[in-house]
Amino acid sequence: MNGANALIKSLENQKVEVIFGILGGAVLPIYDVLCGNKNIRHILSRHEQCAAHAAEGYARASGRPGVCMATSGPGATNLVTGIANAYMDSSPLIALTGQVPSKGVNTSYMIGRDAFQEADIIGITTPITKQNYQVRNAADIPKIVNTAFYIATTGRPGPVLIDLPKNVQTENAEMDFTNRIDARGYNLVTDPDLAQISRAVELLTKAEQPIILAGGGVITANASDELMQISDLLMAPVATTFMGKGAFPEGHPLSVGSIGMHGNPAANRLISETDVLLAVGTRFSDRATANLDTFCPNAKKIHIDIDAAEIGKNVDVDVPIVGDAKKSLRILYETLSRALPKRKETAWVKRVKEVKEKLSPLIKDLPKDLVPKTLLFELRKLLPQDAIVTTEVGQNQMWSALYFQALKPRTFISSGGLGTMGFGFPAALGAKVAFPSRTVVDIAGDGSFIMTEQELACSVMENIPVTVIVLNNSVLGMVAQWQRTLYNKRYMAVHLGKTPDFVKLAEAYGAQGFRVGSISEFQKAIKEALKSKVTTVIDVPIGSEEDVVPFVPPGCGLPQQRGDY
Amino acid sequence: MESGKTRVVSAIVENKPGVLHSVSNLFRRRNFNIESITVGPTEERDLARITITVSADEKTLDQVVKQLDKLVDVVGVAELDPDSIVTRELALVKINAPTAKERSDIISCVHVFRGRVVDVSPVSLMVEITGTSDKIDAFLNLMKTFGIIELARTGITALSRGGQAGNVDE
Ligand SMILES: Cc1ncc(C[n+]2csc(CCOP(=O)(O)OP(=O)(O)O)c2C)c(N)n1
Repeated sequence: MNGANALIKSLENQKVEVIFGILGGAVLPIYDVLCGNKNIRHILSRHEQCAAHAAEGYARASGRPGVCMATSGPGATNLVTGIANAYMDSSPLIALTGQVPSKGVNTSYMIGRDAFQEADIIGITTPITKQNYQVRNAADIPKIVNTAFYIATTGRPGPVLIDLPKNVQTENAEMDFTNRIDARGYNLVTDPDLAQISRAVELLTKAEQPIILAGGGVITANASDELMQISDLLMAPVATTFMGKGAFPEGHPLSVGSIGMHGNPAANRLISETDVLLAVGTRFSDRATANLDTFCPNAKKIHIDIDAAEIGKNVDVDVPIVGDAKKSLRILYETLSRALPKRKETAWVKRVKEVKEKLSPLIKDLPKDLVPKTLLFELRKLLPQDAIVTTEVGQNQMWSALYFQALKPRTFISSGGLGTMGFGFPAALGAKVAFPSRTVVDIAGDGSFIMTEQELACSVMENIPVTVIVLNNSVLGMVAQWQRTLYNKRYMAVHLGKTPDFVKLAEAYGAQGFRVGSISEFQKAIKEALKSKVTTVIDVPIGSEEDVVPFVPPGCGLPQQRGDY
Repeated sequence: MESGKTRVVSAIVENKPGVLHSVSNLFRRRNFNIESITVGPTEERDLARITITVSADEKTLDQVVKQLDKLVDVVGVAELDPDSIVTRELALVKINAPTAKERSDIISCVHVFRGRVVDVSPVSLMVEITGTSDKIDAFLNLMKTFGIIELARTGITALSRGGQAGNVDE
């Protein structure tokens, strides 16, 4: 069997059902095997960056690894942003790239000779992959693929790249498809240290104002139920990071929203008052903690993470627990519930309620006109609970974090770590491929949508109907906001004008487009979109000078949040 | 980053292409300061030992070890305990020596430092010297008065004392 066949068979063994990709000379043998294959669907993206984002959207919605593929050289380098995005957000992604031959008859056309469409994708992606492989012998393919999936999906997930020189794809070899894994240096600690668990229990039983901070790791580990149990037992409010949005239902009385630079003011206030912080599956990113000097200043800190290197990296903690979030929370809950009767209404819970009533943005009065917060509040009511929402980057993203409540894990997917404009739309397509029967909506800014709008072609041709809501302020809004507030309104290179006409753009691709000017028109458009068999783009013209507030200015701490909202 | 003491970190890695790249890349990317890095085979053919000296405080060192450990191709890594460590470095030094007097002065220094003269020309000597980095520094300092023409140092390699294998593989 040749390498290309072995690759596809290995992917089938991993239960891969879809590959997002764009072909080229260096992957032709693989595409030849895909031709006529009944088990794996190939979706033709229109830019490799989007193939990677779509695969990541698929992965984050479903919990299964996403697979993308590109040819050598420019195909591979176009994947880079998508791979970096998956790395920063710890998403399980398998990236397959073609490569010029490693050996052959025509030696001028080989690795290391700057052959046509040669790029050192291994060198380029070393700092943005969990691991990468260049295949030397076809016979190694089954083992490398198995190992790649194992590494990408276990521990702290991440992208793994497999670079396949063309001669390896056509080379014949004896293949061994038994599930072999070769990664002796890969150490996976999933069971928490029980001594640390006891120390955590000790702190939590004494805590008077405990708070739980749930990061993206809670979603990755499918640990939401365990999180709920602990919160319920302790009557501890739950804040999330931006990446943790959805880990805990945001309508719940103990939910206080996300912390951070543009976090929910209630969350930012309460986390600053806590005496014991239980942080789970978070890397304490600077956008979440703001200035570390005023982050949970009076709290003892417990930190659960599967990545030992995250413990003590940004925030010094009192109780480090290295382990899988689900397992660790379950054991913590079991130990806690033996030590502690279920708490009832405490003074702290009253305080939580009071702060939420005073500060939570959704409890405040909403204007009746078509402004982002009202729109997002309405959108929640119009969408089914299990609808998947993605966002682009900028104000649209921060408004979504503040005003759109995520009720279930894996229903809010956004580029948190890298902040990649253009991520939301292809990620929405990937999520829709994972769940064809669920509603998928991308909340977009005009600037971001233009970056990957060509995937409308993919969505129409491949029958992947999603809805894109363009919060169209005709500016690169978030950057304009910084220039407005931090650079004295010296606007430079942020105006986008009124082009393109997003309704016509949608129609040009065979999708449908609406422009809405009021909340009632918006409601109508969403209802149409939910019924539609093709992708819908809803253009929502909004003011160009709208700010996302409140906001913690750079260098300040979470308690120093400013702005009227 | 705060500067700290010089520490020696020893890593056992897969002996295959690209591993040194990912290790050195990690140091650059995480803004760790490498003072020296040496690589060589171990008693097992498919494993190599990378010895890194870094200048780091406690917290940074903890990150260096944990981040290295995260690399899939790093099989084991630990800081070598400064109290039970043997470190060695080798230097080849070409020294200006145009007269017999200078040659004999240099050679007596070489003896004191337990070095060896490995090449002689009418105008220069080449000396091989091994030892701790401090010892090599001291020797080079003395040679400055004669004039150092060329110098090659290997960087530090190190092992833990005692009968057991170091805790690197755990
Ligand atoms: C690929 C990329 N380029 C540049 C940036 C910097 N950036 C952050 S937000 C932003 C503006 C986003 O504009 P738009 O998509 O219109 O969203 P808005 O903020 O107006 O909602 C820019 C340029 C980025 N995050 N990603």
